[in-house]
Amino acid sequence: MLAQTRRSFSFQGRSFLAFVLAPSAPLHDWVQELEAWTAKSPDFFSKKPVILDLSGISLNKADFTEFLMLLRTRKFRLLSIEGVDPDWLEPELEPLADSKHNKDFQIAQSELVKSSLSVLQNTPDIKTLILNNPVRSGQSIHFPSGDVTIIGSVASGAEIISGGSIHIYGTLRGRAFAGSAGNEKARIFCNRFEAELLVIGGIYKSPENIDKDFYGKPVQAWLEGKMIKLKQME
Amino acid sequence: MAKVVVVTSGKGGVGKTTSTAALGAALAQNGQSVVVVDFDIGLRNLDLMMGAERRVIFDLINVIQGSANLSQALIRDKRLENLYLLAASQTRDKNALTEKGVLQVISELRKKFDWVLCDSPAGIERGAVLAMKHADIAIIIANPEISSVRDSDRIIGLLDAKTERAKNGQEVEKHLLITRFDSSRAGTGEMLEVDDISDILSIPLLGVVPESKDILSASNLGIPITLSNKNSTSAQAYRDAAKRLNKEDIPIIIPTKKRNFLAGWFSGRAA
Repeated sequence: MLAQTRRSFSFQGRSFLAFVLAPSAPLHDWVQELEAWTAKSPDFFSKKPVILDLSGISLNKADFTEFLMLLRTRKFRLLSIEGVDPDWLEPELEPLADSKHNKDFQIAQSELVKSSLSVLQNTPDIKTLILNNPVRSGQSIHFPSGDVTIIGSVASGAEIISGGSIHIYGTLRGRAFAGSAGNEKARIFCNRFEAELLVIGGIYKSPENIDKDFYGKPVQAWLEGKMIKLKQME
Repeated sequence: MAKVVVVTSGKGGVGKTTSTAALGAALAQNGQSVVVVDFDIGLRNLDLMMGAERRVIFDLINVIQGSANLSQALIRDKRLENLYLLAASQTRDKNALTEKGVLQVISELRKKFDWVLCDSPAGIERGAVLAMKHADIAIIIANPEISSVRDSDRIIGLLDAKTERAKNGQEVEKHLLITRFDSSRAGTGEMLEVDDISDILSIPLLGVVPESKDILSASNLGIPITLSNKNSTSAQAYRDAAKRLNKEDIPIIIPTKKRNFLAGWFSGRAA
């Protein structure tokens, strides 16, 4: 109860000006031009926030990693990366920016009232990660681009981080982060609830604040306003 | 075909070394050739459990560094002629283990023995990872308490990630051996139940070894429990576990509280 009387932790959105660096094919020539440019003014990019837009070129993951290394050694300060497969972005890398998709999302939301089905049809690349084995203590599953389904249990000390919903056909004993990129529609489902932590769209709920009656039961959790709600499933 | 087995747990003090010695002796009693290898460099104990501490001249590190060959370092047990020990070095640390050296020693042992039992150090660092690296089979030792079970879960995760088998897309055969099971506290809620542990770890159960003072006296004597006290229930549990490793189908007995007439009478009155 104490937590509710306190002012809650809040986030603010603010707009800034950032350089968008958009390499064009062939990448080799582009890099040479960039080198020529930075040779003339070595610190031009070093103190400026840069967003890397890779949607104009096609890269594989290895090239992408190498290209990032190259930019880092040239003192580029990347704020964010745009136009690559979200799965390539390891947790330690810059976050993904998605200006195009954000616009799509706004349109989708206004149309949501008319037909939620059309939204699903408009997003063809829905991805799901299915794991056939239990997730062991100390393991961290990071899948920002879609839902995660686990056929087995999630151990105490393990964590699942999913861009979408999390489905556990087993016991959830560890931590579950659904909607990790801010998706407030994401849900968490488990056959047996013994979780250490639930997070949906950045909102936390620890077991201390969860009714003990849910313990050991099949449960689903979702976000309602700024609160995580739980319900026992039949 | 030799089988390489790692005896591991994550947590220390749960009975890895005791179990390695007991299972090694039990397998040798069945007539198979066995070597027990101590990977706990710097904190060796397996030599004590086998009663061979005064017979160690060369050890695993000497073999890896080439200052002794394998046959010089293998110590034959005085009670069973098909049981051998390869001791760890007490004066070195785990950095003396090299990946190449471990591979070489394990491949040589594979040629000589039916069973190679590797006694892993506690923890999840280099020593433990090298001990499990070439294993075909893993025996995960857990005590009926939550910290031990969670650490075992962590180790199972590593077995699926860091072993050669995992890297080749194969699976390490995993078995759960519950040790220090206190039958007087079973069913009272003071201790995790066997079913709970099996459920959390979700790997097949190899056996349940009851806590017993026979084990302490066996290790102080330097004789594996399966050789020193054949009538002990703990020795029986290890012998059965060794048979199950050999794919014999033996039902698992879970030790429960011994009920004598008086205890039954009292609990009847209380209810």
